Amino acid sequence: MIGWAMAAVQCLLFVATAPLFAGWIKRVKCRAQNRAAPSLFQPYRDLTKLLRKGVVLAYDASWIFRATPYVVFTTTVLAAAVVPLIALRLPTSAIADVIVLVGFLGLGRFFLALAGMDIGTAFGGMGSSREMMIGALAEPVLLMTVFTLAMSASTTNLSEAVSFTLHGGLVIRPSFLFALVGLMMVAVAETGRIPIDNPATHLELTMVHEAMILEYSGRYLALLEWASMIKLMVYFVLIANIFAPWGIASTTTPTTLALGVLAIALKLMLLGIVLVLWETVMAKMRLFRVPQYLGFAFLLSLLGMLTHVILESGGH
Amino acid sequence: MGLAQLDLFDQAMLLFAALVLFTSFVMLAQVRIVPLIHAFAWQGALLAVATALVAFVSKHPHLYLSAGLGFGLKALLIPWILHRLAVRLRIHHESESIKHPVLVLLGGAGLVVFSYYVTLPIVQLSELTTRNTIAVSQAVVLLGMLLMISRNKAVAQVIGFMSIENGLFFAAVVATYGMPMVVELGIAFDVLVAVVLFGVFFFQMRESIDSLDVNRLNRLREVDEALSEAEPRQ
Repeated sequence: MIGWAMAAVQCLLFVATAPLFAGWIKRVKCRAQNRAAPSLFQPYRDLTKLLRKGVVLAYDASWIFRATPYVVFTTTVLAAAVVPLIALRLPTSAIADVIVLVGFLGLGRFFLALAGMDIGTAFGGMGSSREMMIGALAEPVLLMTVFTLAMSASTTNLSEAVSFTLHGGLVIRPSFLFALVGLMMVAVAETGRIPIDNPATHLELTMVHEAMILEYSGRYLALLEWASMIKLMVYFVLIANIFAPWGIASTTTPTTLALGVLAIALKLMLLGIVLVLWETVMAKMRLFRVPQYLGFAFLLSLLGMLTHVILESGGH
Repeated sequence: MGLAQLDLFDQAMLLFAALVLFTSFVMLAQVRIVPLIHAFAWQGALLAVATALVAFVSKHPHLYLSAGLGFGLKALLIPWILHRLAVRLRIHHESESIKHPVLVLLGGAGLVVFSYYVTLPIVQLSELTTRNTIAVSQAVVLLGMLLMISRNKAVAQVIGFMSIENGLFFAAVVATYGMPMVVELGIAFDVLVAVVLFGVFFFQMRESIDSLDVNRLNRLREVDEALSEAEPRQ
């Protein structure tokens, strides 16, 4: 029973701190580009403002358009519940493995693309087709990196895999290095960050994610924005806890839990800085170069799997 | 025997072997000349580090010498000569188009699987700690060959050729802990002479056919000129 309570608390913490992580990234980015930075809590203010506002619906909007924000938000929260944030071996991580996690995110993406096409505006359809192209190329990479991890840990359960790296001691695994770089590249593509998509743009011809949600307003928009913040945090918690699990709580005593919170906060702050550096250095790509980018990410994840088989399993 | 039972230096050696393989793929994907030369230099440097680690793990001090030789020659001298040639030929800003870049990369991954399959019997006979990297060295040889096949420009083909030599050197280091010093020195000198000769060859080629595209070597000059005079290009 205490496990389920812990799982609920962890999931709530995940959902509640996702805007804080987005605010942190925005703040560091402003600092890196010599601009005046907004407060860390600005995303919360934006969300409450949007939640209070009324909804303007298009005349032609069907039930898909109205249901999509709830579907996207629910699938993203469920995905967040699967990822171990501060503690391992919680009951939520036992009922779903990493393939289910990818499936949740895929379901949300599917509904978002439908909603983009539902109204029938040109920008929505354009955004949907681009998003599906990126998704079709990014999801195999994500699955391949996850399989690389699963081959080392002999499980697709995230909690078990994290505890495998946690208790394995310091082992240099070439396959993990390739999987890490591949996963980072795909995380940038999936969450719509700079070389692929610009989250801050409203320039019609380059938008991907923003084009799909262009027709949304009020609480619908708030839910979608919040969901994309949670999705960003899901990817970064995944990277932090799979490849550097040190500090995560294996038992549910208050000290280890406090240590777990502190560790994940530090790791996310560091990863946020890395993301900002990457976004500041890179220029946005042309859309037709995205397949090359994701093809290279796929190659990295494939190399990760091959080096695991060739170098790490001993050839017997 | 799993990875966790090896000590840290063995693991680091495997890591550098994997990175050498990765640079082969980077070269395969890189279409611009100067970054291609840089990737080749990185491969030489990583190869030297891997060799030094093999020397440390297997306690064969003469391998330090070949590591140093490899670093000086393949990470510094040959890339420098190639870079200077590229600048003097004024091709250092050029890039060539590969017909199916993603297919070439996937073909490369297929070659890695193939070399793993081919070297599996050797790996099972061997008792060395470095035995798993034999497949990697074989893959570097085959990837260098793929680089030569997939490119038309002479400079890229020369880099593919040098990369094949890198793979052979690595195979010698990990399979038998290096060749006799005389052989190694001979090969190093050979490679150096080859680069100088290739430089002369580039200039000759440029003077006679006014391009570094090797496909144009297949054409007969008189026939082509007669054709182009008979029906001028649209």
